[in-house]
Amino acid sequence: MSNVVEDFRSRILEKKPLRIRGSGSKDFYGGPLVGDVLETRAHAGIVNYEPTELVVTAKCGTSLAEIKSVLAARRQFLPFEAPSFGDDATIGGVLAAGLSGPRRMAVGSLRDFVLGTRIMDGSGRELKFGGEVMKNVAGYDVSRLMAGSLGTLGLILEVSLKVLPLPVAESTLRLEMTQADALAVMNRWAGKPLPISATCWHDGLLTVRLSGAEAAVRAAQATLGGEVLADADAFWDDLREQRAAFFGGETPLWRLAVPSVTPVLDLPGPILLEWNGAQRWLRGEFQPSTVREVMTTVGGHARLFRGASEAHRAVGVFRPLPPAIHAIHKRLKQVFDPYGMFNPGRMYSDL
Amino acid sequence: MGSGQRQHSAEAEQDFSNIDRAGLLAALAGILPASALLAEREDLKPYECDGLSAYRELPVAVALPENEAQVVAVIKACHAAGVPIVARGAGTGLSGGALPHVNGVVLSLAKMKKIVRIDPVACVAVVQPGVRNLAISEAAAAHGLYYAPDPSSQIACTIGGNVAENSGGVHCLKYGLTVHNVLRARVVLVDGEIIELGNHGPDAPGYDLLALFIGSEGLLGIVTEVTVKLCPKPQTAQCIMASFDDVMKAGEAVAAVIAAGIIPAGLEMMDKPATAAVEPFVKAGYDLNAEAILLCESDGTPDEVAEEIARMSAVLQGSGATEIRVSTSEAERLKFWAGRKAAFPAAGRISADYYCMDGTIPRKRLGEMLTAITGMEKKYGLRCINVFHAGDGNLHPLILYDANIPGELVRTEAFGAEILKLSVDLGGTITGEHGVGYEKINSMCDQFASDELGVFHAVKAAFDPPGLLNPGKAIPTLHRCAEFGRMHVHGGQVKFPELERL
Ligand SMILES: Cc1cc2nc3c(=O)[nH]c(=O)nc-3n(C[C@H](O)[C@H](O)[C@H](O)COP(=O)(O)OP(=O)(O)OC[C@H]3O[C@@H](n4cnc5c(N)ncnc54)[C@H](O)[C@@H]3O)c2cc1C
Repeated sequence: MSNVVEDFRSRILEKKPLRIRGSGSKDFYGGPLVGDVLETRAHAGIVNYEPTELVVTAKCGTSLAEIKSVLAARRQFLPFEAPSFGDDATIGGVLAAGLSGPRRMAVGSLRDFVLGTRIMDGSGRELKFGGEVMKNVAGYDVSRLMAGSLGTLGLILEVSLKVLPLPVAESTLRLEMTQADALAVMNRWAGKPLPISATCWHDGLLTVRLSGAEAAVRAAQATLGGEVLADADAFWDDLREQRAAFFGGETPLWRLAVPSVTPVLDLPGPILLEWNGAQRWLRGEFQPSTVREVMTTVGGHARLFRGASEAHRAVGVFRPLPPAIHAIHKRLKQVFDPYGMFNPGRMYSDL
Repeated sequence: MGSGQRQHSAEAEQDFSNIDRAGLLAALAGILPASALLAEREDLKPYECDGLSAYRELPVAVALPENEAQVVAVIKACHAAGVPIVARGAGTGLSGGALPHVNGVVLSLAKMKKIVRIDPVACVAVVQPGVRNLAISEAAAAHGLYYAPDPSSQIACTIGGNVAENSGGVHCLKYGLTVHNVLRARVVLVDGEIIELGNHGPDAPGYDLLALFIGSEGLLGIVTEVTVKLCPKPQTAQCIMASFDDVMKAGEAVAAVIAAGIIPAGLEMMDKPATAAVEPFVKAGYDLNAEAILLCESDGTPDEVAEEIARMSAVLQGSGATEIRVSTSEAERLKFWAGRKAAFPAAGRISADYYCMDGTIPRKRLGEMLTAITGMEKKYGLRCINVFHAGDGNLHPLILYDANIPGELVRTEAFGAEILKLSVDLGGTITGEHGVGYEKINSMCDQFASDELGVFHAVKAAFDPPGLLNPGKAIPTLHRCAEFGRMHVHGGQVKFPELERL
């Protein structure tokens, strides 16, 4: 047993609130930061990478950048394109945050690529769920439950992820149109066998990325029309990392997750659409109740992604849960973290 | 006795022998019309087992609700009476997941088979749990859409069963399993409360309970409605049938295809005994001289498919394929697959009984597994034919036996358990898609230590505190593992040392 893991255990056995932290790139996200920092970066390294098995296993403190470059050397990648928000994001933090990038609608979200995890629970026990194989239905899928759990269920020690080959060809197109037209077009295209791997609409411009076999990309380019965008990788990188101009400044940033067919929303303010319209970013000072009411009518949910005041973070930036589901959350928290030490309040104030 | 006092625990099997049968039947009769409540022996018979007929049990009653309100009422009645509930779809499961509980009610969702709506723009279908897997694709076909996961049982199995098992199909290498294609599930909890997991957007707030629920084998809740993602039908598809004179070479060819950066739409392997079993019935045109054949499919636009088929053919050739045939028509492509999809029924035709295993291993260990299986055939004196979802390392060895010959079933079970044990030892899992159910419950003790099993029981209790939903399945009690562990002591280490030996 490594010393680092033993250190983790002794910290956990102190039963004091712990704030699990990789590089801190997502410190802005979720509820308030409570507890003494438990640094994960000392537990780093790729444990296993088998290109022909399509799997990579890494310790929690491994940087996302390192994993990406090791995969790229074998022409593979993590298809969910998680944002890193900083240079040093760790894979443990990526899993805990559960965020996916531009390719999400085409290939699935982060949790779709989780094959296994090793965690340390609130009693200091090392637990292993899932594994390194593609198909595994033995026991409940606790590994995927860790995705997006914001470190509230345990210390993620290790994660196994499915990887895929890099697309042979890519091309990005740009078309001028209104938001309403873009929504119609993105949804229509999503129902057609087109190799669309990402979409983004903002300020009258629809940007569409195609990925796949040479022939498929070429044919789709002809069908879709528009201008080919030069330096497209930089565009998608800046979008994913929220470095694009739209994301600048201090105005609060709301993330709205809605059915992609939801029409233009009745919420004023600068807006940017991704994921065929299923993920919408909105800038503005809104009363949470205003945004939530709109979300309820369209069957979506909102979170205040960036720029929440301390007071707002304390009451919670995520949509409250229905009571029966909230009760299950509390019981699950109890299962993994009976002393309530891990990132208390980071997701909901009583978890 | 009410269920209030009873609390599910990880330690020992619950005892339900004291239930009030007459009271239960009276309560159910007040909820369901007579035609939807079965309690006579001959009516219960058809429900005594699922697709794994080696295990049979008669329940107290079978309830066949027609709508969600009736489902809720039945569950509340069972909850009040402390009676186990075993959900059932089409009963095609291969792990005894829908095996009745002798003191319980079978809750069949088969009558709830309405397609609630199809939204061709949002590419979703909202369906009741009893809708058959294939019926979704048939209904979506008019819009050029389909539901991707295609278990070989797709003409019969229900979406509720698929959700419960996280079922896969021959195309899941590229298109994913049930968990990747279900957006939302409406679930009735053990106390009759209804919750919705996931939604029609890309995600839901809170923990990913939908992912946790999928594959939970009817132990966490009863699904009453499902929203699935529909995919655009590829413009065209072509399938390669490649022959190999050595099973190992076929295994290496699979790795080579993936190493070349190709994710085929389907990548399946059958060994010689399997093709020999299938061919007389299906006439798929398989090469009967080959030691193994691979089916390798590409789909997409015509140009894309042509490009990929050329690349795949080159890799297969380079891996020593002795013959390569590419389907020249849709009819021929479907025939290639018909043979593969008929593998289980074909086994049933050449043998009185067959027992289907479902381990998954890292692809590179395939050779070791096949060699070991050959050895086990001799050891147990039974034949085994092999079909694999080769692309994702999911094996379906079919052990052929005759239940009427004394001792064969016992030997078959031992043979199967040894394959599962080896799957775990090779870095894999005891089940890739068929579930643990009743069948593989002992093998769970090979795969998981007592801490993980304890967590699984606690997760169940978080959804189902009294432990009434499909008790005795999927997750072994620590007591059971302690007993079983006596047979499987590894390297002198006693598993589950904290439990007293019997
Ligand atoms: C010939 C053959 C081929 C097969 N091929 C494949 C294959 O390629 N891939 C694959 O993955 N499987 C395959 N299977 C296995 C089986 O078809 C799948 O597991 C299928 O999903 C079971 O669906 P069902 O409706 O028959 O469920 P059942 O067998 O009735 O039930 C299965 C489990 O689901 C639970 N359940 C059912 N409905 C609900 C509900 N509404 N809510 C909660 N729990 C529920 C039951 O309690 C049980 O635990 C095959 C089976 C056969 C016989």
